[in-house]
Amino acid sequence: MSKKPILKVEKLNKTFKLRKSKLMEEQKILHALSDVSLEIFEGETMGIIGESGCGKSTFGRCLVRLHDATSGKILFDGAEINEKKGAELKALRRDIQMIFQDPYSSLNPRKTAGNIIEEPLIVHGIGDTKARKEKVKSLMKEVGLNDQHIHRYPHEFSGGQRQRINVARALALNPKIIVCDEPVSALDVSVQAQVLNLLNSIQRQYNLTMVFISHDLSVIKHVSDRIAIMYLGRIVEICRAEEIYKNPKHPYTQLLLSAIPPETPFEKTKKIELKGEIPSPVGEQVGCPFASRCKHVMDKCRVEIPELIETGDNHRVACFLY
Amino acid sequence: MEHKKDSLGGQAHAVMLEKERKSNSAWNKIKRNKTAMLGLFIVVFMMILVIFAGILAPYDPNELSLGSTYLKPGSPGHIFGTDEFGRDLLSRIIYGSRISILVAVGATFVGATIGVLLGLVSGYAGGIVDSVIMRIMDGMMAFPFILLSIILMTILGTGVFNVILAVGIANIPNFARVVRGQVHIVKNEDYCKAVIGIGASHPRLLFKHILPNTLSPIIVYATLSTAGSIISEAALSFLGLGITPPTASWGNILRAGKETLNTAPHIATISGIFILLTVLGFNLLGDGIRDVLDPKMKK
Repeated sequence: MSKKPILKVEKLNKTFKLRKSKLMEEQKILHALSDVSLEIFEGETMGIIGESGCGKSTFGRCLVRLHDATSGKILFDGAEINEKKGAELKALRRDIQMIFQDPYSSLNPRKTAGNIIEEPLIVHGIGDTKARKEKVKSLMKEVGLNDQHIHRYPHEFSGGQRQRINVARALALNPKIIVCDEPVSALDVSVQAQVLNLLNSIQRQYNLTMVFISHDLSVIKHVSDRIAIMYLGRIVEICRAEEIYKNPKHPYTQLLLSAIPPETPFEKTKKIELKGEIPSPVGEQVGCPFASRCKHVMDKCRVEIPELIETGDNHRVACFLY
Repeated sequence: MEHKKDSLGGQAHAVMLEKERKSNSAWNKIKRNKTAMLGLFIVVFMMILVIFAGILAPYDPNELSLGSTYLKPGSPGHIFGTDEFGRDLLSRIIYGSRISILVAVGATFVGATIGVLLGLVSGYAGGIVDSVIMRIMDGMMAFPFILLSIILMTILGTGVFNVILAVGIANIPNFARVVRGQVHIVKNEDYCKAVIGIGASHPRLLFKHILPNTLSPIIVYATLSTAGSIISEAALSFLGLGITPPTASWGNILRAGKETLNTAPHIATISGIFILLTVLGFNLLGDGIRDVLDPKMKK
């Protein structure tokens, strides 16, 4: 694996203005992402994990420019993507593609599988009608669909097959990066494995860089080279995938890992008790977001926000304990 | 065949899929839908009346015969009887179809085209554009239709084309409302995000993805509006703003028949039945088309 960052995120912030429910009410701001910084290297799979509402999906959508970041930079091949417009943006879309979570709502119910996979090719003016049809067929074969089902509509496919159509659509433009936003969480466990294996094999084949967003620890372990743990819009820990299971440093990571169900009922697990509540992402953010639930909490934690610090071997943690 | 390696089973499978695709083509689907076929039959029948009125009508619709007024249906030479001036009712109904159906289809077309476009833009753009367009539509809706038509007709003058325009304009706000609501739902679906994600332009997203998914309510509303437009034309004719007598339209035949409901009920009844049939025909056909366009409906 080369160590060249293909995507560099610096101090990314994304806030949403909440709708005012009362007249003369003060404008409330929801902090979806706060100071997110990370590097993604070419050819690797970066796993992003966190509980619901922690900003994982927002992060993914910022990367593909479905959301515009409020502040901060996203550098793709050294160029800032938030400033791109028109033709430049269109070219960028070719390079960064996304696979959505829900295979049911992410395919237009009135278009056939063939139309859906062909669409990116039409939009970018690639090939003539005949060449495009050949390409669609080969893509369908590649993702494990029967190319004779080209005229079928999405509702005639199963969830797993629909997700394969999604993968084929994302692959159609030969992207460099694919952002997978919980691509398997809506699928059955047996189908999850098939789709994960498919993603793994196309990644190797195309030398893709993947950003894999999930809340499922076992899924993310299976696919990722490195893992970033998010909590309330912040990255609290980044390290290599094996490292996180062997040597979790942030108290939140330790808590997450203790929540993995044991493989056998006889296995002894030590559960970490969870106290307190998740602070609200609305309004001004003071102190470490985990302070209200952390058992190692210090006075400092309540007033200052810890930064990500290197603790050796590319293992970075945002906690005052280190 | 390119799949030489495939077994015979593979080829058979391909043939089967091809058959399945053909049997699911729009025409084949509508053929299997009996009510839609009935609707189609009625609409085609009305169209024949419209096109061949000159050949089908036994008399000149405006020919007076003061010796034989208020003849009952079934009278020799006058199957539907005659009206207060002794004009042959069948001929007037046949000629009247020209005006009524033209107005119905024309006004729906005008209303739908402009209304759908406004609704799409309003729903998609949101914000100030949305507010401005929808407040104008609200204003138009709050304005009584007849008053709106009177103003339009005084500006434009009477005539078939102006009736179409007046009734059509009155139809716009409803279409805009229906479409805007639907666009709001559809534009937040993941597949629209995916289309943006592959770099498609706004018009492409709007017309190739959002519009087809708003079609069902548009078609339903269009069939309702076709029916409403026939009635609206009758109302305008009654006020002397629409089609002026002696030109026949179903609306003004019905209106004239109302005066003599006690003595000669057949005039209002027969014209009423034709309006009803046409409305029914368009409704059934519209429902059928909606089902055919929905890929989830197989039968």
